[in-house]
Amino acid sequence: MTLGSELKEGLKLSYAALKANKARAALTMLGIIIGIVSVTLMGAAISGLTNAFNNSISSIGADVLYVQKWPWGGGDQEWWKYRNRRDMKIDYADKIRKDATLLSAVAPVVQRLGTLKYSNRVANNVMVEGTTSDLSYVSNMSFIEGRFFTDIESRGDRPLAVLGSDVADQLFPNQDPVGKTVKINGLTFRVIGVRSKQGSFLGMFSLDNLVIIPIGQFQNIYGTHFHPTIEARVVNKNDMGDAIEELRGIMRKIRGLSPYQEDDFSINQQDLLSNAFDKIATIIGGVGFFVTALSLFVGGIGIMNIMFVSVTERTKEIGIRKALGARRRTILAQFLIESSLICLGGGLVGLAISYPLSMLVDKFLPTSMPVSLAFIGIMISLAVGVVSGIVPALRASRLDPVDALRYE
Amino acid sequence: MSGQKVIELVKVNKVYDMGAEVQVNALKDISLVIEKGEYVAIMGPSGSGKTTLMNILGCLDTPTSGLYLFDGVNVSDMNDNELAKIRNQGIGFVFQTFNLIPRSDALHNVELPLIYSGVPVAERKDRAKKTLEMVGLGERVHHKPNELSGGQRQRVAIARALINNPSIILADEPTGNLDSKTGDEIMLFLEELHKKGNTIILVTHEEYIAEHSRRIIRIRDGMIESDLPIEKNGKVKVHHDAEKAASSIGVKG
Repeated sequence: MTLGSELKEGLKLSYAALKANKARAALTMLGIIIGIVSVTLMGAAISGLTNAFNNSISSIGADVLYVQKWPWGGGDQEWWKYRNRRDMKIDYADKIRKDATLLSAVAPVVQRLGTLKYSNRVANNVMVEGTTSDLSYVSNMSFIEGRFFTDIESRGDRPLAVLGSDVADQLFPNQDPVGKTVKINGLTFRVIGVRSKQGSFLGMFSLDNLVIIPIGQFQNIYGTHFHPTIEARVVNKNDMGDAIEELRGIMRKIRGLSPYQEDDFSINQQDLLSNAFDKIATIIGGVGFFVTALSLFVGGIGIMNIMFVSVTERTKEIGIRKALGARRRTILAQFLIESSLICLGGGLVGLAISYPLSMLVDKFLPTSMPVSLAFIGIMISLAVGVVSGIVPALRASRLDPVDALRYE
Repeated sequence: MSGQKVIELVKVNKVYDMGAEVQVNALKDISLVIEKGEYVAIMGPSGSGKTTLMNILGCLDTPTSGLYLFDGVNVSDMNDNELAKIRNQGIGFVFQTFNLIPRSDALHNVELPLIYSGVPVAERKDRAKKTLEMVGLGERVHHKPNELSGGQRQRVAIARALINNPSIILADEPTGNLDSKTGDEIMLFLEELHKKGNTIILVTHEEYIAEHSRRIIRIRDGMIESDLPIEKNGKVKVHHDAEKAASSIGVKG
């Protein structure tokens, strides 16, 4: 008997057997359905979060360095050591730009939430960023319309503003914002550009709800006690290591550190953030999959139980088949196919449930179910079928034909 | 009779281990030859070892010691899969309780042995249909066992036994679950098969049924008590005991 015809015959038999016990098959499937739904939803949540994270940190830029007091991802020292560090100063940017050879643009950035007004329209909780003209080069900015402020405008601290697309939509729903004047905390600014859409960070807060103004104007509004992040763009991404070392040397010189003193600043980059995220994602994923694997395990035990019942019920039939010349392999295949069919059915129904469910969850938490995840779900359910079916199937295949025929 | 040996048992023993060091010697030094075309009845009271003998003859079980040649091939120490092949191609079983697969229709039941021997779909459907026509069930190929009468079920079982052209047909109390009229029909059918040249082994405890055969082997306490040919009128022609039958092996054929 060839493998193909054995498979076909086994499928036919299993289908008939399942049809004969519909309620039982459905209840057994339920265990697998629940397992597959939880596994795929878990996977969808993690892959969705990862996608969202990757999209979000791409706005940070892989070739941008951030000089700050605090390290991203927590660092490896006591938190108070970081807290006791000296603050960053705005003029570091100019000093770094003067000495650096591997950095193309350096900009200080200060941030604060503020309120924007245009005639009777108000935008609350807008991120107000003060910086220099270099920022447009650091973060490779593009514009829906208009432009960024120039070096001269920036150094002259002209009252000019570049809007994020959300703010522009909110204040100027049906008109061109460029050339209009807005009020930020009472001071008047002329809009010169609207930045193109950046999206949101992890789907939680918008990166387009901001306004960028020259740093001197920022100090006019909020005072001088805000400490900036120094953002610098590396000329060549391949020189990242060298660029970090160069930047470190310059910063140590600015800070006046002796060779025996530790750095009292952190040079952050995208990698640090993604490393930290990867760590968290691995932990969430590990715990999540452990829990969901448990539910699949329970479902598998259910299958095994039912398969044992099925083998016992059909002992006589197995005896007949053996008397007619069925080999062990044939009987084994018949029962393995049956348990795999239950699980495959459960897997497919599970996917049919978890796919729309993941779309629903996506409204609250970024979620995505790639084809590969669906495929993995199907493979997992098949594997559960084979693993939980193998012991009952082996028992069936090893039945003694005489005993099996005599069984009533 | 062509004189070709289909079955040859030489000093076959079967010992069952009942645990606690209790052993039951179900068959003791059974020696037996059955030739092609013979119609043999095996008789004996319950506990005589008749069922054990049938299981060994049907390759459902193997002897503890002794030699069993089936069609000249030693099957005494074959493994499960090799025995399955012999059962599939060499033996056609007819059981007292018909033993049809309840969920499958008559056609599929008859097809089963062909499925296990790997015959392609079209050919096996065709052969199964023809065999069902031969047993007079050409109109009932798609009926499930529970839609057939007892006699019809047994005829499906006979069709299933015949489909692979086996060397022997092994019928275990084939009329045991049938009324006498239907039972007679089945026995007539077996008679026809015998006339066509099939080798038939009938296991029964009813004298009346056994007398349809041409030779009666009586088993008692695991030994052959007698082995007698029957005249066409049903009378015993020659009598010779188990010892003689055993010693005659090797001279026959």
